[in-house]
Amino acid sequence: MAVVSANTTVMNNVEAVRATLYDALKSDERVCILGEDVGARGNVFLITKDFVGEFGERRIIDTPIAEASIVGIAVGMAMEGLRPVAEIQFADFIYPSFNQIVGEAAKIRYRSNGEYTCPMVIRTPYGGGVRGALSHSVSIEALFYHVPGLKIVAPSFPADVKGLLNTAIDDPDPVMFLEHKKTYRLIKGEVPNGHYTIPLGKANVLKEGTQLSVVSYGLYVHWALEAARQLEGEGISVEVIDLRSIRPMDKTAILQSVEKTRKLLIIHEDNKFGGIGAEISAMVAEEALFHLDAPIRRLCGPDVPAMGYALPLEEEFMSSPAEMADAMREMVKF
Amino acid sequence: MATTITMPQLGETVTEGTVAQWLKSVGDNVDKYEDFVEVSTDKVNAGVPSPVTGTIRELLVKEGETVATGTPIAVIDETGATPAAAEAPAAAPRAESTPAPQTPSGNGAAASVAESAEIESAARGASPAVRRLAREHHVDIRTIKGSGANGRVTADDILAAARSGAATQIAAPPAPPPSAPPPAAAPPIVPGATQTSQYAQPVPGTFVTLTQARRIIAERMVESRHTAPHAWSMVEIDVTDVWQWRVREKDRFERETGFRLTLLPFFIRAVVKSLAEFPLMNAKFVAGNGSAPPSIYVNPEMNIGLAIGLPANLVVPVIRHADKLSIKGLAAAAGELIENARKGKLGVDDLAGGTFTVNNNGANGSWASAPIINAGQAGIVTMEAIVKKLIVRNDDTIAIRQMMNACLSLDHRVVDGYVASGFLASLKRHLEAMGPQGEL
Repeated sequence: MAVVSANTTVMNNVEAVRATLYDALKSDERVCILGEDVGARGNVFLITKDFVGEFGERRIIDTPIAEASIVGIAVGMAMEGLRPVAEIQFADFIYPSFNQIVGEAAKIRYRSNGEYTCPMVIRTPYGGGVRGALSHSVSIEALFYHVPGLKIVAPSFPADVKGLLNTAIDDPDPVMFLEHKKTYRLIKGEVPNGHYTIPLGKANVLKEGTQLSVVSYGLYVHWALEAARQLEGEGISVEVIDLRSIRPMDKTAILQSVEKTRKLLIIHEDNKFGGIGAEISAMVAEEALFHLDAPIRRLCGPDVPAMGYALPLEEEFMSSPAEMADAMREMVKF
Repeated sequence: MATTITMPQLGETVTEGTVAQWLKSVGDNVDKYEDFVEVSTDKVNAGVPSPVTGTIRELLVKEGETVATGTPIAVIDETGATPAAAEAPAAAPRAESTPAPQTPSGNGAAASVAESAEIESAARGASPAVRRLAREHHVDIRTIKGSGANGRVTADDILAAARSGAATQIAAPPAPPPSAPPPAAAPPIVPGATQTSQYAQPVPGTFVTLTQARRIIAERMVESRHTAPHAWSMVEIDVTDVWQWRVREKDRFERETGFRLTLLPFFIRAVVKSLAEFPLMNAKFVAGNGSAPPSIYVNPEMNIGLAIGLPANLVVPVIRHADKLSIKGLAAAAGELIENARKGKLGVDDLAGGTFTVNNNGANGSWASAPIINAGQAGIVTMEAIVKKLIVRNDDTIAIRQMMNACLSLDHRVVDGYVASGFLASLKRHLEAMGPQGEL
């Protein structure tokens, strides 16, 4: 971590998660962390390294390999007044806890008529491009964004990681906090010192443009931005929006941009059918049809069961900045 | 080679058409693109151009008869037929939401005859944005050469044509374009005028030269007052509870957002709820022209104009999709518009597209006013001064309550008192239901 000014520190995304969790543990004794290998091992990415020594085994809890229990226990802790941050070691392992997330956590407030809330965070690394193969590459956001009662955050930049994780921990209801593992050490950025929050449901216009709106999140935000900057040199003006929150979704930012550029490209790594892009696309068709000057397009992962381990298969699954630039060019030319 | 002509679909939701008048009889020659029949629908009356050059062989539908779109109405024997136009039925070229095409005006970007077939097909594949912009700017898509892929007409092409005036303007526009102010004309010379002064510092005995904004205001007000018959109504609303709600939230809101929390966003929230119940208040009257009957267009969006008084003129920036915003969102949007208005930093987009106007008029103590409708809208509502009054309630107790008048001017062509008073009653109900228990 390098300090470049008195007010900010340069961190990567792993360091931002770690620093935010550390500050939360320090400042709020209700905050605790539970998950596989979060204690002695300090998390597989070393996010919670040495936490157990400082905060003790009652707050940094190593669990068995039992995701349903991790989330289920966290639900109980949250209902009784703690602020648990549950970790699913890799998003690929989240399926056993589906019932605890969708059937329990998301519905606590409703089924108790507001008597209980479930202020918990579920952190999990997701996404591919790291030779993680079938069990360490999946994107899970579309499985959960359909569920009312869940909030889903997927930041791309270290500064957003900190602000949004603080908000997620403060939130009175369950928040899924998705961290793209390829950005963990790849992406560095300045992070403001001190405590701050970023509201959920607020997208970030990373680059303004006039000819095409590109909406993305996670790792692909960075690649879309790279492609858009490259196109700037060709005289093509692309607006890039980082969704940051998947649900609640910042409809206003998307609609305002589309009304300006009249064209919309949605890029995500998760597969296309029923993905986040489908919802955005339907929303824009419902609310801004008469501003559209081209068919909405989605550049997404293929509808295959998993990301292959072999490099050509992984590359085929992932979109590259060059592919993104091609799609942008075609849409602007349309 | 015979070509069967079918009833064209004149508009996206039109399912049938009436043959108003045959312009050709059996045996007459007809040129490609020449109108051979006049068709009327519930939306438009239009001449229908022939897709081929030839001789009328058969007229299959009588004048006055209504048939479904796609029904054969005539057969034309084609002369000099191209193989592609063989016996297959051909829909008459579809009129683009407006009556028959005009002759290209011949200047600039207007297309040559040789290109017209390609352009015709481009118009048929026009995107929703192109259709909307063409309608708003009264541009005939078919006269424009597209710059998009495969000659597609793009939204920018329409805007460029509208700016240059190169494309065929559709005659007798149904309503003035809401976002395009009239071009600046040279100020008229007033005989004998020698001394001038500024509007903001008027000097007696001098002429004030109008700014562009002032001139547009003058023209718009005259236009609205002359074309839209104004009617007026007023309702008294108990705003005690909503006032307390604002008082409870305002410090926190100002701390969090930097914007002052006034009652305006609460008013707008109530207005959009009432507009949702009375969509005709969120509409506009579209005057008829030679062939199209007048109609009322019910806006799909709720874009609320805010009347903001500045020293030299009035501006009415617009909160788009106001019905999609929470009170908090409305407060931020209004705060930003007001700040930009005062700094003179409003853009063209900020001022365009309003569908209904709210004027928070009471700050200086006015308790009733009769506003002029923003041209192209169905109504404007003013919120007047909030005054503490002794009120006799239904149970005969007496209470001190904060009361406010809301005044509505309405375009009587669009709505009658029935709808207007329903709208005001709804506004009163929504505002009186708001109280400190609500969520911003």
